[in-house]
Amino acid sequence: MAKPMDEYKWHELNVGCVIEEIGSAREYKTGDWRSQKPIWDDAKCIKCGLCWLYCPDAAIYQTDDGLYTANLDYCKGCGICAKECKPGAIKMVEEER
Amino acid sequence: MNAKKGIEVSIAASIAAKLARVEVVAAYPITPQTHIVEHLSELVANGELDATYINVESEHSAMSACCGSSATGARTFTSTSAQGLELMHEILFIASGMRLPIVMATVNRALSSPLSIWGDHSDVMAARDTGWIMLFCENGQEVVDSIIMAFKIAEDRKVLLPVMVNLDGFSLSHVIEPIEFPSQEEVDKFLPPYNPLYTLHPDKPVTMGAYAMPELYTEAKYAQEMAIVHSKEVIVKVMDEFGKRFGRYYKPVETYNTENTDMVFIALGAINENIETAIDRLKEEGKEAGLIDLRLFRPFPTKELLFALKGKKRVVVIERVMPGGATNGPLFNEISSLAHSNGMNITIENYIVGLGGRDVLPEDFRDIFDEIKATPEKRTKSKKDKNFSVIGVRE
Repeated sequence: MAKPMDEYKWHELNVGCVIEEIGSAREYKTGDWRSQKPIWDDAKCIKCGLCWLYCPDAAIYQTDDGLYTANLDYCKGCGICAKECKPGAIKMVEEER
Repeated sequence: MNAKKGIEVSIAASIAAKLARVEVVAAYPITPQTHIVEHLSELVANGELDATYINVESEHSAMSACCGSSATGARTFTSTSAQGLELMHEILFIASGMRLPIVMATVNRALSSPLSIWGDHSDVMAARDTGWIMLFCENGQEVVDSIIMAFKIAEDRKVLLPVMVNLDGFSLSHVIEPIEFPSQEEVDKFLPPYNPLYTLHPDKPVTMGAYAMPELYTEAKYAQEMAIVHSKEVIVKVMDEFGKRFGRYYKPVETYNTENTDMVFIALGAINENIETAIDRLKEEGKEAGLIDLRLFRPFPTKELLFALKGKKRVVVIERVMPGGATNGPLFNEISSLAHSNGMNITIENYIVGLGGRDVLPEDFRDIFDEIKATPEKRTKSKKDKNFSVIGVRE
């Protein structure tokens, strides 16, 4: 959006709130919702990619060395990756901000 | 002028949709709407109407499919009744919130339980605040004309809202009436192809129906509300243009014999013809009553109604729905609130009639008239446990 959401007047919105900008959901950093974050123990990781597959927010990505990590801008801390990780390489830890 | 043709009103409604060159119909059959969608299905199958007919498994899906097709920019029509309208309920808000100019013929029918396939206004009154523009029809000609006008209203860039054309189940939908159809060329001149503001198209992707945070939801709903409030100007303009082209003039609020009396009935739909007959008969006996027929119910025609109510002393609001625990029927509540907040000194009575297909005859309105005339203006009803009367109920 061209300006913060709470500065839009009603007549400045598109009819039906249509968003013409492609991929604008990226601007909304849902990582703010998180209370826990996933931590990888790279020694235990077998690079199976299940965490990447299961992440409902597509917030997990593979690094150049084949290991996985979360993009904390979008990770909501749901813990599905930790639950699905077969070797137990992912741990959810409380996050202090 | 084109010749009039004796035809069932439901079939006429589907011909009106054909004349409007609808491109997508998604509907699920339900009594008493069935003939409308069956005939549209035939027209498509016979190649007489170049449209896609989407067979769906429910009304929830029907309205969802309509939203999808309208979002792609196709002129979209559907029709339903009673339980079908209720099953669509959540999608009705989505259609209006996404500003999709769908037109729906709602063939008004009682709601279960007890199960009834017969006519009343329970269905539409439960959907009255869904953000749809709502027209009510008194006869078959109005149904045809309203469906054609509905697309022009809905698709106006200043409006972009869905429109519901209400016609009473059986007492209007299944009667055979003489109806004049405009030619295709005339309709084409009145109603050009739909030119959507936004469409769902892979070449120019947009997001429709997105999530709104608390910071935006109020502004979004306010914008929608302003659209329906100001749609009345377009509705009046479209009605005027229709009149100039086709010779049949419509107004949001029609009146009958109101200039001769300070006592008026107010009602919605086909029942108004019975009231007019009753008024004519009363006249023969030297008694005067008037009628205010609300052709437009949403947006509520505040200005026109206040004008029609000017100088009136006794108003009888006729409704085909139970209040459901409210102080009065929904139409009464709005008229009462409007009149009293504008400082009008009017006594308003509420009569419930014609539930679940119960016949309402001109005699019933004559009885109401006599009862009103025999009752003092300022009778207090506060001692009663209800503030309305139900005509013909066996007590």
